[in-house]
Amino acid sequence: MTTITVSENRFKQFLRTIHIPPVFLFLVFIFLLGGILDQIFSDGQIFKNPPILLNIVVRSVPLGIVAVGQTLVIIGASIDLSVAYTISITAVMASFVMQGNSANVPKAILVVFAIGAVIGLVNGLTITKLHVNSFIATLGVGLIIKGIINATFSNYTGSVPDSFQYFGYGAFGIIPVAILILLMVVIAGWLLLSRSKFGFHLYGVGGNVEVARLSGLRTDGVLIIAHVLCSLTAVLTGLFLVSRLQSGAPWVGPDGIYDLESVATTVVGGTALAGGKGGVWGTLAGVLIFGVLDTTFNQLGVNPYLKTVLRGAIIVLAVASYTFRSKKDAA
Amino acid sequence: MTDQTLKSESSPIETLAPLTEVCNISKRFPGVVALDDVSVKFYPGEVHAVVGENGAGKSTLMKIMAGAYTPDSGEIYLSGEKVLFTHPQEAQEKGISIIYQEFNLLPERTVAANIFFGREPSKYGVVDTREMNKQASAVLREIGVEQMISPTTQASSLSVAEQQLVEIAKAISFKAKVLIMDEPTAALTYTEVKLLDDLIQRLKSRGMAIIFISHRLIEVFDIAEKITVLKDGQLVKTTKKAEVTPSDVVFLMVGRALDHYFPPLGKPEDFGDVVLRVTDASNQFIKGISFELRRGEVLGIAGLQGSGRTELAQALFGVAPFESGSMELHGKAIAVKNPSMAIRNKMAFVTEDRKSEGIAPRQPIRDNMLMTVRAIQSVFGVIHKDGIGKSRKLVPMLGKQVDIRTDSFDREAQFLSGGNQQKVVLAKWLASDANVFIFDEPTRGIDVESKASIHDMIRDLTNRGIAVLMISSELPEIVGMSDRILVMWDRQIAGELPAKSSEQEIMLMATGHVDAKSAKNISKAGEE
Amino acid sequence: MTTSTITSSGGLTSVLRSIWEWIKRIPPVYPVFFVIFISVGLLNHSYQTMNGIMVFLRRSSPLAILAIGEMMVLASGGFDLSIGAIVTMVVLGSSLLLSNNPANAFPAIMIMLGLGLVIGLVNGFVVSYLKVPSFIATLGMMLMVRGGALYWVGGAPRGYLTDNWRAFGRNYFEKVPVFGRFPIALLILLVIAIFSYYIFHRSNYGKQVLSIGDNVLASKFSGVRVPRVRVMTFVICSIFAVIAGIMIGGYGGVNVTIGEGLELQTIAACVVGGVILLGGKGSVPNAIFGAFTMQAIVDLLNLLGLPKPYTDAVQGLIIIAAVAYVSLSTRKKR
Repeated sequence: MTTITVSENRFKQFLRTIHIPPVFLFLVFIFLLGGILDQIFSDGQIFKNPPILLNIVVRSVPLGIVAVGQTLVIIGASIDLSVAYTISITAVMASFVMQGNSANVPKAILVVFAIGAVIGLVNGLTITKLHVNSFIATLGVGLIIKGIINATFSNYTGSVPDSFQYFGYGAFGIIPVAILILLMVVIAGWLLLSRSKFGFHLYGVGGNVEVARLSGLRTDGVLIIAHVLCSLTAVLTGLFLVSRLQSGAPWVGPDGIYDLESVATTVVGGTALAGGKGGVWGTLAGVLIFGVLDTTFNQLGVNPYLKTVLRGAIIVLAVASYTFRSKKDAA
Repeated sequence: MTDQTLKSESSPIETLAPLTEVCNISKRFPGVVALDDVSVKFYPGEVHAVVGENGAGKSTLMKIMAGAYTPDSGEIYLSGEKVLFTHPQEAQEKGISIIYQEFNLLPERTVAANIFFGREPSKYGVVDTREMNKQASAVLREIGVEQMISPTTQASSLSVAEQQLVEIAKAISFKAKVLIMDEPTAALTYTEVKLLDDLIQRLKSRGMAIIFISHRLIEVFDIAEKITVLKDGQLVKTTKKAEVTPSDVVFLMVGRALDHYFPPLGKPEDFGDVVLRVTDASNQFIKGISFELRRGEVLGIAGLQGSGRTELAQALFGVAPFESGSMELHGKAIAVKNPSMAIRNKMAFVTEDRKSEGIAPRQPIRDNMLMTVRAIQSVFGVIHKDGIGKSRKLVPMLGKQVDIRTDSFDREAQFLSGGNQQKVVLAKWLASDANVFIFDEPTRGIDVESKASIHDMIRDLTNRGIAVLMISSELPEIVGMSDRILVMWDRQIAGELPAKSSEQEIMLMATGHVDAKSAKNISKAGEE
Repeated sequence: MTTSTITSSGGLTSVLRSIWEWIKRIPPVYPVFFVIFISVGLLNHSYQTMNGIMVFLRRSSPLAILAIGEMMVLASGGFDLSIGAIVTMVVLGSSLLLSNNPANAFPAIMIMLGLGLVIGLVNGFVVSYLKVPSFIATLGMMLMVRGGALYWVGGAPRGYLTDNWRAFGRNYFEKVPVFGRFPIALLILLVIAIFSYYIFHRSNYGKQVLSIGDNVLASKFSGVRVPRVRVMTFVICSIFAVIAGIMIGGYGGVNVTIGEGLELQTIAACVVGGVILLGGKGSVPNAIFGAFTMQAIVDLLNLLGLPKPYTDAVQGLIIIAAVAYVSLSTRKKR
């Protein structure tokens, strides 16, 4: 008989009672570390400067938005490797439809969200009805999107009207619109996961799909919705990026490696790849950790390639800190 | 005893209509007739046990009643009304709930979330957590466990018994009228079984019909009022408990009398040199372990769940090694740091859960059988299809020895029946040529006849000079098989008892009440 | 070997019947490959010539080698996402190490193999001892290796790859009987294939990998040294990636984006070759032909005149179709 075993020590249990996932401690640590390094090497130019601090968050917005969607999918014990191309096609199509004309903005937004919904639907159906592993399914769909983009567009295309750039550059007072949007997305994700029936069911489907099925849940439907939501967050990220770039190009998505990075920040944030547990606030912390690192390194003039190296190391170390005490075998 | 029988006879039985009834149920699977024209009536306020060998059809019958399978023919009636279920959810909503041996809980979710999974109280899609917790508390209170379990605890931090209670609470929340349980006491400790028993009595008095499958005839006779015996998919008999004895039931189950449950114990001249000696060994789970094991003997390890028995086996075998103290194997001091060291030193470990720990389901049977012998060869050593090095015919030989029923050893192990899978595991260890065997719950969840053959196989091992350490929660098995008994309590060895000690003595020591000397006095007193 | 009991009349029918049984058990990747390859041959007659076939095999060998290594990791229940980055490292790093001097070829290769060994060891360690899921561990490694490699060469190739270094991926043995020109790459593949076949199908190693991927707990309790086998698997995969990298660099020369997307292509090749992503199933020849199939598909699409973008799309569709086919047919078997 399978019994559910606990393998945590007292410290972890204590942490759970006060509900602070370890990732937030990491964030604080990284923030302090960044502050110290900044003070030493560049006389505190960043961390004593609120607009720059704010900018750290703004630069984390595109990844943050799509990471929320990825978190949903991962909680459902699935994965979405097509987000990068969804972002690309959104950027390109939005720019193309807008053609620099404000009047086209609503139409463009509708079009890209529709495309995103279709992509999510295709992902979900391929996984649930064709029984294709989510890794392969979303990978394949991503490649298909890539093909479609490259077949239709090869360079910057169309342009974004100034009015739309408000999205990327505007601000309410001192708070950039971008941050507000990110917060809204995170809060929406949080409410969805912790308060809605869908969220409860998603945790169940990810935790043990057989139990979910036996309990009468439409497990396919839950997963499909999760994938659609994820693709929609990718669309939102695409819109944000194109509003900052003023024009969309096919390499926008893959360039930021949004697919693997959204997975990485989710996992660093404490959501398990196996599904059934985790949450968006941890993911947000993960995103911010990467954001702070990036900015600190930029400021310190660290070679961008070393940034990548450190990113990789941090991902592994963060997850290792969650898992090394586990008695279970990983794979 | 007499009062109880009187009571059960005066409780409402045949005078009332059956709460649920299966009539002429038949079910076939490819190549196998699982059920053949079975009809049973289950009455409200009654505990009804369904017994039979592995493959007799008990699980199939229960699953049909619970809506997990549909019968090929026959009808099911609930409160006189004919019902047909296509999904377990339908059965649950109509009031028939089933609790499987592997619990259907979500470990990372709270108790309340588990109980109401799929039907969370909500408005416009938003879950009302407070209401859900409130309702969960109410249900927990209904079954009298609100002190033990809180609705906001995470399921993974509950003990096995508590998880089972959550499953029962879930059933109650569905206003279950019929509660079906598959081997409910298999993983419970002695005290937990008593608690469950009390709960069942309470549920009974609410007019529920309780049906359970069990291989433990002692519990069947303790708790149930009615017993239904199935054999080879057919109904043998449904009878009142008061009208039969356990050996009658066994006879009905296997069609013949099992005149000796257990093979005879060893005699002093059968026991040889000390082959394993542990002195004051400890690790983070168990402390101060000291004992000896001799060739040709069965050393029974008794104790309640959590007393450290499995941890002892895992320490001996190197899965979770000792950190201090000493161990001597064949007279040589040794520190077993991992299983392959243990195997190289001729130890074998037949684990508790054969399905999840014993076989690799998608590998062919022959590869499963050769797993241990290959593991101690060099990693890049050449392999042969049926054996190792000189013994090329190992697989067919072992297959015959343990009597595996299969048409080919190429078949993936997952397609074998449970009993045959067990035999594969046994064959795997026999192949390793070990002379110290550790068994952890060797006959858990196995039917009576196979139990006997496994006991015979164990005694056969000792007759060949092999030393056996046998962990068991079934006291009759401990008493029936052990040449000596070690009792564990609170992660230590509480004491040692001689062969044929009584269950009471063992239980007293296992609950920490008495030390070895006093236990011996009790047993002496019992003998007089 | 299963003996099929046939109770039909007549010797011929039973012979035909057993042939049909045997045919049914052929892994799908072989018929698929031959169908595609023949289609390619019909469209482009050079593929019907021995020379054309050799050219194809030269091009496909690196992917096949990658697929063998990755297949072993997949069979053990894990993932190795760092192989693409290793290829990048090998190509870019070698461009630096060679310093346009052929004499440096041998040391450069040794260094690369050494790096591959280290990478494999670290991957294995992190997964086995720190218990990090291999997806994450190798994802992190991929970032570290790619970033490290780009940092090392300063973001751009530092020299050209010398001819002798490139020989492995590019050159042929001339005047070989029967074959004519025989690619060195193919020889390397053959050597690796034979070695891999031996260790995976004819030695304990492969059986242990499969049992770990199938049920790691049962394997552990049966004495399988799980961490050791896992580490070995990652090491083999990384070293094969280095070898493939040398061949890829040899064939295609150096450029910054080399190796990107390779890990996913390789996993797809394995899946087409019948590997189940959960673990517990895998075969060296099937993996090789999975890779050949992927390459043949690309060639077929090119021959059909599909512009490159469509190739990606169709590749995606085919990957999904292949997996769906395998997945649905295994479900039916249950």
